[in-house]
Parts: sequence; C-alpha cells; structure tokens
Amino acid sequence: MKMATFRKQESATAARNRLLPEGRVAGPMPWVIAIMMFLTVLAAAGGLALNQGMRSLRTELSGRATVQIVEADAETRAQVVKKMVARLRATPGIHAARPVDPDRLADQLRPWLGAEMDTADLPIPALIDVEFAGEGPRPVETLAKLAKSIAPQARVEPHAAFLGPLSGLVATLAGVAALLVLLMAIATGAVVVLAARGAHESHRGTIDILHLMGATDVQIARLFQRRIALDALLGGGLGFVMAVLVILLVGQRLGATGSDLLRAAYLPGWGWGVLAALPVAGIALATLTARMTVLRALGRAL
Amino acid sequence: MAGKTACGDAVRGAVWRRIGALNSMGTIVQFENVGLRYGMSAETLADVSFSLDGGGFYFLTGASGAGKTSLLKLLYLAQRPSRGVIRLFGEDVVTLPRKRLPGFRRRIGVVFQDFRLVPHLSAYDNIALPLRVAGMEESEVDAPVSEMLAWVGLADRANARPATLSGGEQQRVAIARAVIGRPEILIADEPTGNVDADMAHRLLTLFEALNKLGTTLVVATHDLPLIGRVPGAQMMRLDKGRLADPTGSLRYPPKRPEAS
Ligand SMILES: Nc1ncnc2c1ncn2[C@@H]1O[C@H](COP(=O)(O)OP(=O)(O)OP(=O)(O)O)[C@@H](O)[C@H]1O
Ligand SMILES: [Mg+2]
Repeated sequence: MKMATFRKQESATAARNRLLPEGRVAGPMPWVIAIMMFLTVLAAAGGLALNQGMRSLRTELSGRATVQIVEADAETRAQVVKKMVARLRATPGIHAARPVDPDRLADQLRPWLGAEMDTADLPIPALIDVEFAGEGPRPVETLAKLAKSIAPQARVEPHAAFLGPLSGLVATLAGVAALLVLLMAIATGAVVVLAARGAHESHRGTIDILHLMGATDVQIARLFQRRIALDALLGGGLGFVMAVLVILLVGQRLGATGSDLLRAAYLPGWGWGVLAALPVAGIALATLTARMTVLRALGRAL
Repeated sequence: MAGKTACGDAVRGAVWRRIGALNSMGTIVQFENVGLRYGMSAETLADVSFSLDGGGFYFLTGASGAGKTSLLKLLYLAQRPSRGVIRLFGEDVVTLPRKRLPGFRRRIGVVFQDFRLVPHLSAYDNIALPLRVAGMEESEVDAPVSEMLAWVGLADRANARPATLSGGEQQRVAIARAVIGRPEILIADEPTGNVDADMAHRLLTLFEALNKLGTTLVVATHDLPLIGRVPGAQMMRLDKGRLADPTGSLRYPPKRPEAS
C-alpha cells in the first residue's frame, strides 16, 4: 500500500520514462560529445576572436594615416611640420592632425640606437598623426596629394596598409575554424546515429511489446530522444565548461603579453552568446538526430 | 465530373459507415482467403476464411506447427498476410497505413504464448503498460492496476521483476496486462500451456467472465477437454495451415457450395 501512494506522487513523465530500462543509453557517448563540444567551442572562440581582432584593428586604423616629413635640417623640419599641421587642420575631411612628440619618438628608437645617442643630431623624420573625419572616398590619396603640395618632403603612410596580408591570414583561419565547427557537428550527428541505432537494437524486444500494446512510433522515439538529450546535456555541458575555462586562461595570458596586436583579439560580448548557443544547438542536434534515427528504424518494423 | 465523384464518395461513405456500424455489433473479424508465407518457404497458412462475431468465444486448435500462433499474429496485427483480406472492426487492416495500426492494437488484448513481459519492469509497471501507452493520466492508472494485481492474486508481488516470478505468476501478470485496457477482443495463445489443472480452471472462469462482459475471446489451445468446459464456445481447427471446419459455422462465407 505504501507503494501505491508512492506511485501516485510520481509524475506521468517519470512513469513513461520507466518504459525503457533506467540509465543512460550508451557508455562513451557523453564523453565523445564532451570532447566534440570542447573542441567546437574552442574553434568557434578562436575564429570569433580573430575576426573581432581584425575588425577592431581595421576600424581603428582605417581612419588614420601618418604624414612623414623627411628633412635632415631640424629647423626646416620643425617649420614644415608647423605649416603642415596648420594646413591639414584647416582642411575639411580631416578631423585631427597631431605632430608626434619627437622625444617620444626618440624614446621608442632608443633601444635600437643606444641610450647615449643624442637624438637632436639624428635626422629622424617628423611624424604627424592624421585622423580622417568619416569615410570619405580615398582620403589617403587625397591627403597624399595635399601633403605633397604643401611640402615636397612629405610622405603619407596609411595605417591600414599593413593589414592586407594579415587580413588574408585571419580570414583563412576564421574559415578553418568555421569548417572545424561544421565537421564537429557532423561527427556529433554520426555518433548520435550510432548510439541511437545501438539503443534501438538492444531494446528491440521491449519495443516490439510496446508496439503490440498500441504504442506509436513517436511515443517510442520520445523515450530514446529523452535519454540521448540527457546524455548530450551531460557531455555538452562538461565540454562547454572545460572550453570556457581554457578560453578564460588563454584570454588572461593574452592580456599579460601587453601586446596591443594580440590584445585586439578579444572575445566580444556577443561572441560569448554565440559560444553559449553551441551546447544548446548541440543538444538540439543530438535530440533531433536521435529522433529521426529511431523513427527510421521503427518504420522498418510492422 | 468532379462533383459527381464527390457525391458518389459521400453516398459510398454513408453506406460504409452503416456497414461498419452493423459490423461492430455483428462480425468484428473477417478473414477472406488469407495466406501467409514466411520468406521463401511454402505457405504456413493457406486459404484461411472465417468470420467472428462480436461477443463470441472461440477456440483455435491444431497440432503443434499447424499455424495457430501465425493466425493469431495476423489477428493482433504483428504480421501482415501475404495474400487475402483481413477486416477488423469493419476495416481492411491489410492495406492500413502503419500510423493507423496503434489505434487498432489498443482495442485488442493479447496473452502471448511466451508472455512477453518487459523484463526490466515490475509486475505493476507491466500491467500498467497498456494504460500508459494509451496516454492515461498517472493519477488514474493506480486504481485499476492495483485492482488488477489483487484480482490475479499478486498484490504482494507488485514490485517483483518478471525474472523473479514463477511461470504461473508471470502468466497471471500477462493476463492482467492483456485485459486491463478493456479490449474488445482478447487473444490468448496457449494460456494453459504450462499451468496445472486448477490454474487452468481459474483462467477459464476468468475468460468466461470477461466474455459475459462483452469481450470477444479467441483462445488457441491443444487442450481439448478445456474446450468442452465452455458450453457456448465455437471451435476452429487448423490442419497444416488450412482451416478444417467441423461445425461449418465459422466459415466465411458461411455456406460455400462444395466444389466436388
Ligand atoms: N517467424 C517465422 N519465420 C519462419 N517460419 C515460421 C515463423 N513463425 C512460425 N514459422 C513456421 O510456421 C509454422 C507454424 O508455426 P506456428 O507458430 O504458427 O505454429 P503453432 O500452431 O502455433 O504451433 P505450437 O502449437 O507449437 O505453438 C511452423 O512450421 C513454424 O516453423
Ligand atoms: Mg503457437
């Protein structure tokens, strides 16, 4: 009688779950899914961070150029710089023009030239940082013409120029990351198909009985689906947590390098959203694959 | 043209519904020239024709290997025939699409020759199976299952797995599971095969009680004395896959002119 009351308290779902033996479907499946999810999240994070790094570098650099004044005589150089800055500031389309402090430049050069070097003696070119206002058509070419017309010693270097080859590399790496994510999804699907087929095979006797009691294919598929979803949840959750720990560690190490270039490759907020969606998508993929596989297998019986 | 067809369909539909209604009171099972062949071997069942009335009590006999289980499998929709027509509750089930089979199976209870209890489920859960499959609320499942367990004398064995039950106890669980959904047809394959005379007698009493409540019974058995104990029962005999017909009342159509 104690049992009867106990039964009453159980939900209908729990009771229906008991139609198949308790426990998970197949031993190694959660582990395989955990590994897949771990690698998928890492690949996606890498791709997203690279992409983000490229993007932030580009927006930061595309609006900027440096005007170099190559002039041996320091006095003339200072005059040209002054004139150039004044003219550039007056030009529409140029947001700002700032001469780079020669001392700062000298500081940056000192490690190469030696501490005792007197920079005043050196014909270091003067630099003027230019920021364009907005996205005018070919502002760099316009600037180059303008600068040359002001002073023939002027040379213009767009900051975005060195991004060309890097951009190609990053695009390739991001593509590889996307391909890895896709391959991982296919492999996960294949693992689930095998596990679902195995589960169907090993419970064939029970399935036959359920069929003869009038159970529909969908009812039976739901039993397997739920188990495989649980396995995927365990595996996917574990893989995701491990991957996030690795990403945080790598992020911390990247920050510690102090390199602006490396630090540009951070994971944006929406990137975390994409990563969090991966285990959800993985579980959905596993559940759907299990359902389709079992329904197909059931369809072969009468 | 299209309108005429639609009109014709409507009339035909009405006629079929009328026939269906008649069938559900009268004939509920109808076999016409049914043949069954497993793989490439000779036909296990050949030219089987008969019809069963709703509320009847039928025995199916025949030597071992005559095809009794095979015929019952056709009846409880575990097998499709190789040829012929089978009508259940007035509908042709041979050409029935797969997805409509569960609805028919829920109207049929089966006591399998080998019981076919689900090994990992307790006696209680095995008996509850048809109700849960039919989607009954869990709160409504307990009362009938407990009642059924008590009725077959297994109230104290509710939590036992089939492997820990004796043959007779397993059989009682199988019977409880077959009848709990109040099926319109109850099919029992050799239900007295491995039980003593006393248990066989109790089973028969149970079957008769169910039959009086309106359930159509089809019982396959070797046990000829058993058949004699049910006065109103009719008998079909299978001989090497063909229906031998001692009473003449079971054939479909009922009276067929002799060919010789
Ligand atoms: N799934 C199957 N595949 C191939 N042959 C089968 C299959 N099931 C039954 N048979 C054959 O069909 C014939 C009839 O078998 P069936 O089980 O219907 O006999 P039965 O009358 O129920 O016998 P018993 O009284 O021993 O239970 C037998 O020769 C058997 O070998
Ligand atoms: Mg048999």
